[in-house]
Amino acid sequence: MPKIKLPTQSPHIDMTPMVDLFSVVLIFLMLTTTMRQPEPATVDTPFSISETPTPDFNQMIFLISADGKVFMNFDNGPDTLLKYRPKILDEMGKRYEIEFTDLERRAFEKYKSALGVPITRMKEFLNSNDNNLKNSIQEGGIPIDSADNQLAMWILCARQVNPNIQASIKGDSNTEFSVVEKVLDILQDKNVNRFNLVTSLEAAKINLEEIQQ
Amino acid sequence: MAEIIVEEKGGGGKKKAKKHPPHIDMTPMVDLMCLLIVFFMLTTAFSKAKIMEIILPEKVKDPTQQEAPKIVASRTLNILLGPDDRLFWYPGAVKEEDFNNLPPLMETDFSADGIRKLLLDRNRTLARTITEFRDEVIAGRINISQDSLQNSISQLKKDDDTGPIVLIKAYKESNYGNFVDILDEMNICGIARYTFMKIAWYEEKMVETAIAATPALASSTN
Repeated sequence: MPKIKLPTQSPHIDMTPMVDLFSVVLIFLMLTTTMRQPEPATVDTPFSISETPTPDFNQMIFLISADGKVFMNFDNGPDTLLKYRPKILDEMGKRYEIEFTDLERRAFEKYKSALGVPITRMKEFLNSNDNNLKNSIQEGGIPIDSADNQLAMWILCARQVNPNIQASIKGDSNTEFSVVEKVLDILQDKNVNRFNLVTSLEAAKINLEEIQQ
Repeated sequence: MAEIIVEEKGGGGKKKAKKHPPHIDMTPMVDLMCLLIVFFMLTTAFSKAKIMEIILPEKVKDPTQQEAPKIVASRTLNILLGPDDRLFWYPGAVKEEDFNNLPPLMETDFSADGIRKLLLDRNRTLARTITEFRDEVIAGRINISQDSLQNSISQLKKDDDTGPIVLIKAYKESNYGNFVDILDEMNICGIARYTFMKIAWYEEKMVETAIAATPALASSTN
């Protein structure tokens, strides 16, 4: 009869396959990741059946929060060497007679999320490292009232620097339509008649029987 | 892979080969990796946001220069977005002169039995053509690429002359979600001709009348 040997020490679980698997997943995630940009306001986009993906570049995004504040973002163009962002800032500075330093220009170029800064406080915003201060400057969003329509200026400058830029509107489902209409109105004043509405995908299908009823 | 096989020797004179080679404890590594994976999973934007394209008619700078395009009243369907996710509609056109005798608005909702049925009823021919065409492509009977499928569908829409002309108007208290919903409904039902318009003052009045007539419905639909 064979002897039954009792193990002298507690058995180890072999973690190696698990580590292998984790490495693969980790490498996959690291390679495919595009970091989600933090946004100054949380926006729940409405749903639609549209399956067109958002373009990667040449777009200006208008973020409209549920409480009616407007933020704007645009990209550096198809090639970062084009440096559209600092050029737009310069153009904007010219109109409001603000001179930006190289450091501020670079800070603006690197800033990835949407901006809701009045141009008069832009210098302060770019030079500060304090997030609380940054948030407090962005509290009101970009001014859009007719007395000081900075949004219209931004659109004008962006279109001047990058003629291929497209307008995308990213609004919250609960945003009052009057605010969105105002933004559309400002865009149309600047001869932008084609808009992309940013939505989340939702499946909806109609079938033949439904039509033939 | 990461196992190190070592033949251990006993300290004393007695030689005892161990049965199991010593393992490196992988647990901290696994912990760290778990952490990184969770971090990446949370920060990654996996699905890109989708966009819906809308083209608005150009603004008329000088109203005296240009005449409003004439549309057949019998094919027109006006959809008015109301407050509290309410939806009103009326067919045909209302003239400004009739403000004392405005027709009542009909109410519907965003469900499949509401506005979708309404639109499909009016757009039956075109919707059927599009759906049949798409099904044929999916079934493989017509062999074209995805791009030309979109083109063919927009061509079908362009050729259609029986479907409704939908005018979408938003009452001042409506919200953006409803606006996107109704545009989406146009795409689902394959409406060929629709546009968004500013609401006229008499239409605002019609909405107000309709809300005053059925205020109870507003709370029940919410």
